[in-house]
Amino acid sequence: MTAEAEGRVYDVGGQDWDQVVAAAVETAEERLVVNMGPQHPSTHGVLRLILTLDGETVTELRPVIGYLHTGIEKNMEFRTWTQGVTFCTRADYLAPLFNEAAYCLAVERLLGIEREVPQRATVLRVLLMELNRISSHLTAIGTFGLELGASTVFLYGMREREKVLDLFELITGLRMNHAYIRPGGVSQDLPHGALEALREFLRVMPRLLGELRALLDANPIYLARTKNVAYLDLTGCMALGVTGPVLRGTGLPWDLRKSQPYCGYETYEFDVPTQATSDAYGRYLVRMDEMDESLKIISQCVDRLAAKRPKDDPVMISDPKIGWPARLAVGPDGLGNSADHIAHIMGQSMEALIHHFKLVTEGFRVPVGQVYTAVESPRGELGCHAVSDGGTRPYRVHLRDPSFNNLQALSAMAEGGMVADVISAVASLDPVLGGVDR
Amino acid sequence: MTSDNVTDGQPDPAAVAGEHRLSQQVERTGMFGTGTTGDTSGYGELRVRRPDQPATPRPYGSYFDEVADELAAGLERGGGTFPEAVSQVVVDRGELTLHVPREHLVAVARLLRDEPSLAFEMCLGVSGVHYPWDAGRELHAVYPLLSITHNRRIRLEVTAPDADPRIPSLVGVYPTCDWHERETWDFFGVVFEGHPALTRIEMPDDWKGHPQRKDYPLGGIPVEYRGATIPPPEDRRSYS
Repeated sequence: MTAEAEGRVYDVGGQDWDQVVAAAVETAEERLVVNMGPQHPSTHGVLRLILTLDGETVTELRPVIGYLHTGIEKNMEFRTWTQGVTFCTRADYLAPLFNEAAYCLAVERLLGIEREVPQRATVLRVLLMELNRISSHLTAIGTFGLELGASTVFLYGMREREKVLDLFELITGLRMNHAYIRPGGVSQDLPHGALEALREFLRVMPRLLGELRALLDANPIYLARTKNVAYLDLTGCMALGVTGPVLRGTGLPWDLRKSQPYCGYETYEFDVPTQATSDAYGRYLVRMDEMDESLKIISQCVDRLAAKRPKDDPVMISDPKIGWPARLAVGPDGLGNSADHIAHIMGQSMEALIHHFKLVTEGFRVPVGQVYTAVESPRGELGCHAVSDGGTRPYRVHLRDPSFNNLQALSAMAEGGMVADVISAVASLDPVLGGVDR
Repeated sequence: MTSDNVTDGQPDPAAVAGEHRLSQQVERTGMFGTGTTGDTSGYGELRVRRPDQPATPRPYGSYFDEVADELAAGLERGGGTFPEAVSQVVVDRGELTLHVPREHLVAVARLLRDEPSLAFEMCLGVSGVHYPWDAGRELHAVYPLLSITHNRRIRLEVTAPDADPRIPSLVGVYPTCDWHERETWDFFGVVFEGHPALTRIEMPDDWKGHPQRKDYPLGGIPVEYRGATIPPPEDRRSYS
């Protein structure tokens, strides 16, 4: 215990709470500055909050970030445009396919090949993004439950998310950090059995989501912890640039999939769920409804994918100067280039060999310019500002991550409330620190 | 230009184009963008020049003309003019970029936000870009703006020289710029004047330098492998 200009500082090292309490009673000071995180189970990773408390009321909240900064944007400047996908996918690690999609749409716009991306690749992108939206929302709702003390909700959420991750593993080969969406298309087509697995997923998922709703929708403890908690109205959202379920929780149906469609979202039938309560419970309901809408979109994707034989329908742009020469097949020693492709480049076509070699070692050149593309990630507008200087590597890539932006709103949501509601406020924003810090 | 290039009193267009090209800034020399490793390709004397940033003439297309007209009208009501407040208009790949001199940034942003016919309610942050070769305007700050009312997007671009890296803060107009400006200060060293608390946000408080600038040393060390060394990333051969 030391006396300082700011007030008395108590060092809590071990089980010495009785001394701290006794000393606090002695000085009769109500104002308490508490450090929460960066290692704390309810801070969604490594978020640090500095709370100034007056009794149990939060008078000031300052979020501190940067503990997960890995220099993804800088790293991308030293890799080719295609290799950039493997970096940006790691930013928001609960929504990797959205990072990839935003980045690839930016590269494609810089190249001017937006219209040449094959139809099947676009449908696959939508399919994977919507699956990813479900897995991300399930994590958000599951951890929300855990942070409020409901571990059953967490286990249910993780169990259902596992079904999505199994599909990811089947389709992309990886459960996260997929690098599946590439400039010009996607890395490979659906494997055998994927359509059946997707149909099975569509069959069981509504019931499982219903179980989650049965646990939470009218749960009195959950309602007490979320209703009228972490209030942020439309004006606040606008001023702070907040998008996603938080914005739709104020009643504004702003969803980029509807308002500024990309990847052919205008051709799918789905609704934009909103709630007008502006509180944590409203955001929860928006996320639950969005998962139902995602299932609708996935079902339409499956129909479209089943309608055409993969042989007639490429998944990578046909321009051999841009399309990654990925003709993957499962070989005797694991995944590799297909024997047909090797035979083609080594035995039949010198041009194909040159293209393969140049693309893999040097990469393609992207004309000078800058673009900003945005997709609707599970957390809001995920933007990608990409600048090219005409070379084979990005000159600058900036990811406008919705978590980074939305976290600013935490002070506005939590100040003046109870300290326990800070947990609800963080969880209802659903920040992912990988995206915040990049 | 020599007399050989003049025919009938008119300069030869090809010669004019060549002269213009020679006056452009040299972007890089050599084939592989580095002078440290032995370049045996014979392209060591290659000079790649950077094309000028062309301003787009009217009509801009799409809703861009309307945005420019409304902005000009708003500026004139406030006693300014469009050419004064917007130094260049670039329409590229279906996106509109307004280059704004830094002293006019706050006024233009406020107008874009408040004018009902423009109504760019949302600013989607700041993205810094460092162009060390662009003398006098090395640091760029790019602001994507979004109008939910009209469902439109535009972009503002502001520059500052390395010697005087100050840009007025937009926190007063768009409070969301708070963290984004701190990030751009942290990574590029742009000083946003008027920001309430311009401190580092991603890097530690006592960090030296601004890591996403192009002149920031990566600090890589050569990798040795079986007697040969691979130089650190910034010294490796590159194709751009």
